[in-house]
Amino acid sequence: MQSYELTCIQCPIGCALTVTVDGDAVKVTGNTCPRGEAYGVKEVTAPSRTVTSTVALTGGALRRLPVRTAGDVPKAKIFEVMEQIKKTRVKAPVKLGDTVIENVCGTGTDVIATKTVK
Amino acid sequence: MTQHDIIIIGGGPAGLAAAIAARKAGIGDVLILERDDKLGGILNQCIHNGFGLHTFGAELTGPEYAERYSDQVEELGIPYKLRTIVADVSENREVTYVNSTEGVVTVKAGAIVLAMGCRERPRGALGLPGYRPAGIFTAGTAQRLMNVEGYSVGKKVFILGSGDIGLIMARRMTLEGAQVCCVAELMPYSGGLNRNIVQCLRDFNIPLLLSHTVTKIHGKYRVEGVTVSQVDGNRRPIPGTEEFYECDTLLLSCGLLPENELSRQAGVGIDRVTGGPVVDDSLMTDIPGVFACGNVLHVHDLVDYVSEEASRAGEHAARFVKGSVPEGREIRLEGSGGVRYTVPQLIRPDTMADSVVVRFRVADVYRDKSIAVYYDGVRVQKRKKRIMAPGEMEQITIRKDGFAASVPEKITVTVED
Repeated sequence: MQSYELTCIQCPIGCALTVTVDGDAVKVTGNTCPRGEAYGVKEVTAPSRTVTSTVALTGGALRRLPVRTAGDVPKAKIFEVMEQIKKTRVKAPVKLGDTVIENVCGTGTDVIATKTVK
Repeated sequence: MTQHDIIIIGGGPAGLAAAIAARKAGIGDVLILERDDKLGGILNQCIHNGFGLHTFGAELTGPEYAERYSDQVEELGIPYKLRTIVADVSENREVTYVNSTEGVVTVKAGAIVLAMGCRERPRGALGLPGYRPAGIFTAGTAQRLMNVEGYSVGKKVFILGSGDIGLIMARRMTLEGAQVCCVAELMPYSGGLNRNIVQCLRDFNIPLLLSHTVTKIHGKYRVEGVTVSQVDGNRRPIPGTEEFYECDTLLLSCGLLPENELSRQAGVGIDRVTGGPVVDDSLMTDIPGVFACGNVLHVHDLVDYVSEEASRAGEHAARFVKGSVPEGREIRLEGSGGVRYTVPQLIRPDTMADSVVVRFRVADVYRDKSIAVYYDGVRVQKRKKRIMAPGEMEQITIRKDGFAASVPEKITVTVED
């Protein structure tokens, strides 16, 4: 059995959660609402994050193009995703929402532009 | 002298929302003056997500949030001048601006909306001992250098202050390959949002030292390290607790200060606590026709509230131009017992809207306390709050029909059991 101490981030109260994992059974205590329980379970079973960064841009008014993953990627893959982002170069013009990297690191999520640069 | 109906000083989130609201309220002649080379203000460098949950029900990044507003400004054909800095605002609503194509120009405004935002507290205002080597940045400066200009700011970073920008930069620099050794916070609690502490520090095992501060900066030409000490209840360093951290970069995230030089030049009354103008319920300052909104008025926690407040300022400025002037009796608002300030500081019951949102911040972390509102010493509202913290804005609503029977002289907002 493994136990994790977390702070819930679903609202400003910030409940101190204890999540215990025993085989397939995940139990959350310390939460005061169902959102806290869902957060606790997800954080220990499949934590994920949106990654935001910038990529090199040529031919536009800016040198860097801000980007993000369109959806969440597994937390363990954040640095792998960053490596791909660092290697990427984009040419202006770019529109907000344009795909910059397709299916980044096999996560099923694209990296998209978060700014329009003419 | 050229005349404009409404001049908006600043093209960040507040200025854009104010301009859009003024135009939608029927004012054709609205002009935005912006000193940077693009609209959007600080949102352009805030490439992280988490903006717009209240306004759009989506977690947008700063540039995405800004573009929703700058797109509207373009669609509505609202004129704006970039690379244009306002040098002076006068009491009779004359605005003097400077840019490289027109030179120095003075224009007259029917109404002015102050939306200049805020600035970070710099090293000079913190009294940090040591030389002045390269490698000391405010967190926002580092953010701009990294996210907009594309520079690497440092390799081994120490962060003083746990404001949100500092926390965001701790993650950002870690993702870019820097090592962030530690975040030190003078206060016994963090001024940043909970989710930023979790997702920017704990995700990357970056320690947060509460009740600690930097007591020496080492290095003559480039930062070589910092000495950090624990502080006592009076925020004084405790001798014997010094610890050395090797680093090449020190980021400062130690608070934001509304940028009110222009307001002061114009003679606008400034609130000692917020550092922003004293305003009434229409967000009008003590100079008729001069309105204020966003971080120049008081430092906000979420941009969503900036946009909402700025829209109201824009609407009220439009009404003023059309001849509807906030006037009549005045009710003073004040914060006490843990409520540091209120915005607005004044309500005019004769011309106020049906309800007015009053925003404020508390002085400490309070658990299971209440927010109470008193009219001349008589309690009229009380609401339990499970938690209140200095890093987050709180709000109450004052209703006009509450003054039907009698108008109080003073409204007091307080924290109580």
